[in-house]
Amino acid sequence: MSDKLDQGTTSLYGPVNDWATDFDHADPEYNPNAHEIWADLRATCPVAHSDRYGGTWLPVTHADVSRIAYDTENFSSRSVVVSTAEILAEAPIGGAPPISSDPPFHHHARRLLLPPFAPKQIDPWEHDVRALCHQLIDEMADTDVVDAAVQYAQHIPVNVIARMLGFPLEDADLFRGFVHDVLEGVNKAPGVREAAFERLDAYLERQIQDHIDNPREDLTSFLMNTTIFDQPLSPEHVRGSIVLLLLAGIDTTWSAIGSSIWHLASTPGDLARLGADPDLWPTAIEEFLRVYAPVTMARMVAKDHDFNGCPMKVDDWVLLPFPAANLDPAEFDRADEVLIDREVNRHSAFGLGIHRCLGSNLARLEVRVAVETFVERFPEFELADPGTVRWSVGQIRGPRELPVRVLRRA
Amino acid sequence: MRLTIDSDKCQGHNRCYALAPELFDVDDYGSALVIGDGTVPPELVAKARLAIANCPEFAIAEAGD
Repeated sequence: MSDKLDQGTTSLYGPVNDWATDFDHADPEYNPNAHEIWADLRATCPVAHSDRYGGTWLPVTHADVSRIAYDTENFSSRSVVVSTAEILAEAPIGGAPPISSDPPFHHHARRLLLPPFAPKQIDPWEHDVRALCHQLIDEMADTDVVDAAVQYAQHIPVNVIARMLGFPLEDADLFRGFVHDVLEGVNKAPGVREAAFERLDAYLERQIQDHIDNPREDLTSFLMNTTIFDQPLSPEHVRGSIVLLLLAGIDTTWSAIGSSIWHLASTPGDLARLGADPDLWPTAIEEFLRVYAPVTMARMVAKDHDFNGCPMKVDDWVLLPFPAANLDPAEFDRADEVLIDREVNRHSAFGLGIHRCLGSNLARLEVRVAVETFVERFPEFELADPGTVRWSVGQIRGPRELPVRVLRRA
Repeated sequence: MRLTIDSDKCQGHNRCYALAPELFDVDDYGSALVIGDGTVPPELVAKARLAIANCPEFAIAEAGD
């Protein structure tokens, strides 16, 4: 794996000194301290700017994040990962439709993929997801300390999406490598990123060829055989949508599972309450999704315009930190508290507007079943050592190493 | 009480269907529908209000709002 990961480990940028004027979402200090950084910015500089990545804006209030998410005229989705790489794919299709697409094309590309991810298609996966979660716990050695990210959370979404796409389950490490390259390696030299995308492309070519040679019923075959405007999808569209389905659900869901377990490991009162009153699970899961929403999306400015006094220029990046919007006290009562019985919770963990996370029904199912099963099997656990928790780098926020000490097994 | 859904606003977050399956259904695309004509029996009014208050897109309203 080492040749797949971390080729060129050096960031193009140095450490951040001032989050209001020089922020960097890929600085290793950003995700571990994100809640404090967003709170400071909300009070002092609600739309921060940085010259990094060619110019990036960071709005942190719910009102601004929501306004940008709904404004597809001034903000394009043609690239949604703020990185050093040149933007090659053009609007309105973009490199990974429909997440990278703008209206009016977006509507058609998205409509193709909505049915396979609608609730009634996703709900039947619950049994398999639960069996997988139990199997992962069964496979853990009977040690005091287990890693809830490395041994548990990271395996769940990878396994499910590989099965949906009809890709080999044994390639799971490879998929996590691609996710790391594409979403965590955003600050590497452009050539390093291009090489990573070429590896991903070559892998997808092999999988598509395998589907031609061995036809079978799965999402890959569906994309290869479906039509848009009465024509087959272009090969670029097929590959781009597979990239989206393969990568977008992996570290996002793994992060939400990990953050929820991190919260329970750090908050024994909530863990005990859920053990005593399982009826709290639905509100608890929505609250974990609000507070620990893993996904910050991005847009590119489509037209020069003034945004709340900020001179936004064409092709500037704009980060859309939905988790920061979810923590805005102007929108949520007791926003900075985790209330597992919060009944009114209009959070935007899965985005707002036309780009609502396509896989949200699957993600929510995986998070709910994974966290419930972990607690069912390990009714009491705590952080083994808060200093050993390692958080992700980049727009997807969650623990990548999460050693917890199991205090009681069911 | 009667509920309506603005289908232009609904993006398929599925919160209403999860909270009150007695009142909401979803179509093959994951978009929400009210069951029947959206009339809420008195014993489900609290659930209906919860669904309205949790819709991220403000797509659910009480008819006559």
